[in-house]
Amino acid sequence: MCGYFGVSCATVVPLTATGPSGPAEVHVSESAQETDYQRVQRSPEFQDLRRRFRNFVFPMTAFFLAWYFLYVLLANYQHEFMSQRVTGNITVGLLFGLGQFVSTFVITMAYARWANQKQDAVAENLREHIESGALIDSGDPRRPEGSPA
Amino acid sequence: MTRYDATVLAAAADSGQVGDPVVNIAIFGAFVLVTLIIVFRASRNNKTAADYYAAGRSFTGPQNGTAIAGDYLSAASFLGICGAIAIYGYDGFLYSIGFLVAWLVALLLVAELLRNTGRFTMADVLSFRLKQRPVRMAAAISTLAVVFFYLLAQMAGAGGLVALLLGIEGLAAQALVIAVVGALMILYVLVGGMKGTTWVQIIKAILLIAGAGLMTVWVLAKYGFDLSAVLQGAIDNGGENGERLIEPGAQYGASSLTQLNFLSLALALVLGTAGLPHVLMRFYTVPSAKEARRSVVWAIWLIGIFYLFTLVLGYGAGALVGPETIMSSPGKANSAAPLLAYELGGVFLLGIISAVAFATILAVVAGLTITAAASFAHDIYASVIKRGEVAPDGEVRVARITVIVIGALAIVGGIFANGQNVAFLVALAFAVAASANLPTIIYSLFWKRFNTAGALWSMYGGLISCVVLIALSPVVSGKVDPVTGDSLSMIRDTSVDFAVFPLENPGLVSIPLAFLLGIVGTLLSKEKPHPEKFAEMEVRSLTGAGAEKATVAH
Repeated sequence: MCGYFGVSCATVVPLTATGPSGPAEVHVSESAQETDYQRVQRSPEFQDLRRRFRNFVFPMTAFFLAWYFLYVLLANYQHEFMSQRVTGNITVGLLFGLGQFVSTFVITMAYARWANQKQDAVAENLREHIESGALIDSGDPRRPEGSPA
Repeated sequence: MTRYDATVLAAAADSGQVGDPVVNIAIFGAFVLVTLIIVFRASRNNKTAADYYAAGRSFTGPQNGTAIAGDYLSAASFLGICGAIAIYGYDGFLYSIGFLVAWLVALLLVAELLRNTGRFTMADVLSFRLKQRPVRMAAAISTLAVVFFYLLAQMAGAGGLVALLLGIEGLAAQALVIAVVGALMILYVLVGGMKGTTWVQIIKAILLIAGAGLMTVWVLAKYGFDLSAVLQGAIDNGGENGERLIEPGAQYGASSLTQLNFLSLALALVLGTAGLPHVLMRFYTVPSAKEARRSVVWAIWLIGIFYLFTLVLGYGAGALVGPETIMSSPGKANSAAPLLAYELGGVFLLGIISAVAFATILAVVAGLTITAAASFAHDIYASVIKRGEVAPDGEVRVARITVIVIGALAIVGGIFANGQNVAFLVALAFAVAASANLPTIIYSLFWKRFNTAGALWSMYGGLISCVVLIALSPVVSGKVDPVTGDSLSMIRDTSVDFAVFPLENPGLVSIPLAFLLGIVGTLLSKEKPHPEKFAEMEVRSLTGAGAEKATVAH
């Protein structure tokens, strides 16, 4: 969590995360073992990207799986309910099934739109920093991409 | 031609064939010719491993999305779902929903992260931060298992299709056709690599979706574009159980056991897609994660629209052809779509739909074969046997030899499986993918503490439990038709019965088990964590840093 508010991790001991008794040095020290990728991973920009990604995809996955299994269970165990005619031969079950198509299309477009607008620019910025060797949070001299410290 | 002008469709179906085999073969021949030319042209730049396995990562999102649809919409999707809806009504529709919703798992959790962290195969991602050789070996074995089950189902289906569409009834002649399909597939993959395979899948997807779309509009036009009227037609033609066609339960509602079977299938379908190795490998054919995302968006639209078509086509076949005629034809439920084509557009439309069905099998087996070849050459040969000390062209050479071996195995397996009840193999492939692959993919992408032992426990546990449970299930032995007394299992001898596991799909047990084993194996292992490897994987997966670029300019 260090690095928030624009303060470098190297100078501030975080009070959260591992707690006072834990090995907090992992977060604060500019230890020689730490790799470029670990520094990027700690950076507020990346933490923010990751948090937003997980906050979108995990609840969305939980939602569509729940919605899908609600449908499967209704079709499997509630035949009478699903067999009711809504209009003509269009049953509740058919509308529920078509609803799965609609929800799939809507979630797909919502995710693509969100990722295009909110995530891509941030990810691209981080990628350029990493690949050019100019690490966001590093006091170390630049080194080639991907090589461990 | 006059022989086929018989207007009574039932008579045509009784005689063992519909339509004109010459027309069917001519249209299919034209497809093969066009695709071969394209494959040969595409093969000019097949030099490196990235060219051969990943088409130089040069396809665009829409192109790859169309190819994914071509890869995913197998003959089982087209003929099987149409037939299931025509015969069982609503319960057939349930399949297509599972197959579609499953794509959200791939879109949200897998596609982009996988594209960013891997190179050619699923094992690249799974072994990224774990011990290379054991994990690659396990991932390759599970890849080969999924591909084998899937391939066998497609090849056996080819034999049945031949009987219906080309009027070839002798087992020897059918074997010859299976061999021709296999040989064509070997040629496509050997020469064209991933690029040629992708083009075959794109062309096939366009033909399949356009053909199904044309028939859908045609059916709807006959009923004044009123879906309720199409359903009424199916109800009227469905005999005394007609009303049940629009209600759930006709296929799976018989007992609490069949309901549990359906639950198991629904779980395997929704979690299987994102673990299918031939689907995952397609994400490496695009230049970036953003294009991988676009691929899935295109694939979801194409696949979803296609399944909506099959809903109309299935009920349309029930209404215009009728379940009795369908079930008395040689292909049984699988012939619903071809018979509907014949009813609508006569010999010519039937010829087109038959050719499309063949093209479907060809494109799917080609995609499976290149996946298996890449997995063997890249994971087992180059990484496990040679420990990475192998020239890139050496790896591709091994991949090409593997293509021939797998093609030969598929031909032999297809000939032996011809006429066998192997429809369960596709469901089994999904169950293996969901049990052996998906838990490890998810854990390795999202769970920091996950380690080698967890991966091996989950992959081997998922794979072995799937195969053992299937072997001990009624699909292999001991299932008897209560009316006729005939065996409905793979082993025809009704006195043999070792089916101690009651479900026909193992997913309900094996998928949760594999997820659990991943946790237990991880927690019991003393392996030291590698925070630096996890950091690299996590950063690369979300930002695309260090990801493989396209090898050729667009």
